[in-house]
Amino acid sequence: MNDSAILISIGGVLASAAPIIFAVIGETISERAGVLNLSMNGLILICAMGSFAVALATDSSILGFLTGAAIGALVSLIVAFASLTLLQSQVAVGFVLAMLCKDLSYFLGSPIMGKVAPRISQVPIPLLERIPILGPIFFRQDMMTYLSFVLIVLAWFFIFKTKPGLILRGIGERPAAAYIRGANVTRLQYLYAVAGGAIAGLAGPIYSLSIKAGWKGTISGLDGIGWIVLSITIFGGWKPFRAAFGAYLFSFLQWLGLVLQPSLPSIPSQVLQVAPFPLMILTLLFVNIGNAEWVERSLARLPENVRRDIAKVLRALNATPPAALGEPFRKE
Amino acid sequence: MPSLREKKASGVLFQIAAVLFALLITSIVLLLANVEPFSAYKAIILGAVGSWDLMSNVLVSWVPLLLATSGLLLTFTVGLWNIGIEGQITLGAIFTTWAMRLLQNSEWNPSLILVIAIFAGMLGGMLWAMLAGALKTFGGVNEIFGGLGLNFVATALNIWLIFGPWKRPGVASMSGTLPFDRSLWMPIATGSSRLTPTTIVMAIVGILIVYVLLENTYFGLKLKAVGKNPRSAYLLGVPTWQHMMASFAICGVFAGLAGAVQVTAVYHRLIPSISSGYGYLGLMVAMLVGYKASLAAPVALFFAALNVGSIQLPIILRLDSSLAGVLQGTLVLCVLLGQGFRAKFLKKKRTMQ
Repeated sequence: MNDSAILISIGGVLASAAPIIFAVIGETISERAGVLNLSMNGLILICAMGSFAVALATDSSILGFLTGAAIGALVSLIVAFASLTLLQSQVAVGFVLAMLCKDLSYFLGSPIMGKVAPRISQVPIPLLERIPILGPIFFRQDMMTYLSFVLIVLAWFFIFKTKPGLILRGIGERPAAAYIRGANVTRLQYLYAVAGGAIAGLAGPIYSLSIKAGWKGTISGLDGIGWIVLSITIFGGWKPFRAAFGAYLFSFLQWLGLVLQPSLPSIPSQVLQVAPFPLMILTLLFVNIGNAEWVERSLARLPENVRRDIAKVLRALNATPPAALGEPFRKE
Repeated sequence: MPSLREKKASGVLFQIAAVLFALLITSIVLLLANVEPFSAYKAIILGAVGSWDLMSNVLVSWVPLLLATSGLLLTFTVGLWNIGIEGQITLGAIFTTWAMRLLQNSEWNPSLILVIAIFAGMLGGMLWAMLAGALKTFGGVNEIFGGLGLNFVATALNIWLIFGPWKRPGVASMSGTLPFDRSLWMPIATGSSRLTPTTIVMAIVGILIVYVLLENTYFGLKLKAVGKNPRSAYLLGVPTWQHMMASFAICGVFAGLAGAVQVTAVYHRLIPSISSGYGYLGLMVAMLVGYKASLAAPVALFFAALNVGSIQLPIILRLDSSLAGVLQGTLVLCVLLGQGFRAKFLKKKRTMQ
């Protein structure tokens, strides 16, 4: 492979990570507010199908993207309503929606399978695209990939540098304290769950109107991505930059699987495609193991200097979920 | 306070309302797809009970579904979401196939080989479940994400075996490994093409064991205590993680048995989608019956009937068979929402009095 092909490949990795970034950032915002949206796998599929159907009918990819966001918001609204108002388990409702939305997208999408709808194209940025190395990687992408770069920074800035972001973190960590300070906790949880769902919903049209253009039902290759998104959200420690790193790492590993395929003919392609999953488990293990009790106990037995080094590594890797994640806030 | 009878009556009322509402939503979906809802429902019903053969197909798919649900009732009781059950079914199927491949050319009695293969499957499911359990208890990895990851790994392992070491002589294909000799099939009922009475007995015994375990044993009581409040259970002397591991292990045994049934009684070989989604469907059944063993068998039968009944939809009405999943999902969602509405309704009544 020559140099320019490598640069294009890296650009391709960034583009194929874009939908994952939208979904992970959306989920991160929702979970920061304490709402675990487990429906992600079905949500992405039905947003992909619905936005493709609308783009097909209206011949407008913009309407397609808006549909994706709207469906994502609607699915998340059901999760929020069931858990915040009806006090049902977020995991149960999210899981059912993950299954339901998947089958719904296959069922409603079967008449439009294989049809051709408008798709968004690459928009090279003048001048910047000519920068050696960086140009082909960063500046010959489509609109949504550029937006995915912006979204990472924007989400980080919002969560950590603004007052509403401070309140957002507060309602996920200590809702009672946020309530006493005057925040309408439940209303904000609704807001962030729905907004997060709308952002995540854009992942659907990014697939069906761009990087995997079209709708191919069960062989669309989108089933499973939502579950990866949920793992990356944990891996990302509910921080946008770390989450983005997880998304790029995942896309890179998938690309690597494709590249290595010809040199490893004895391994079926399906196996290499799932290679990132065991790695994901391992990373989740490293991310979480610092929270386990027996680790703390066995660390306490080690000599001071060794203990401090190991503890430092574990703390750097560690990710602790928002304390009130999954628990609806009750005033009484 | 509303009386117990009022409470019970409202429970039934809300359940019925939830089912009707689910039917309404599914009908709207059908209308969106330009289909007359009643013709679709009729096609599903006829597709499930239209002939003896179809009815026996329903039973064939009921067995692994009920086995998976039975196991899940234990993990749900202890408060765990064993989403990894799909992988546990797959590993059960892989271990069963492995044992049969090792023994199929031996002089041993075929029945003995089948028994060994089934136990191997149970072992495989148990080991895979305990892996998810160990990740949870010793690694702090949430069982949902650990389990999901292990599902993907199990699928990859399965496909690798089918296309690699266990491939058909000549060419490997998605249709799976070479079928086993007829002598190694689970005995089929006379006059039927697929029905295997042995496996039906297994499923019934399985759910009975789970029912007795949960309702009539000290072990079941301890599982419930851990599920309700792990901290106080621990303080009262119920070792938490041991009970979680035990419930994972038993659930894995059930899942492994479901996988073994798929290999020995349904497909007679290993295929890429050997778990057939019964694990995820089992989670839905368990949720629908409110995690209680008493209703699991009939509801699982109903879900199996929906699955079998929808297979003919593409041929009869040119509809995608995923309609079964839409109906099942809507039903579970509406029942969950109904429970929430009912709790709100009872609370309002209490405050009014």
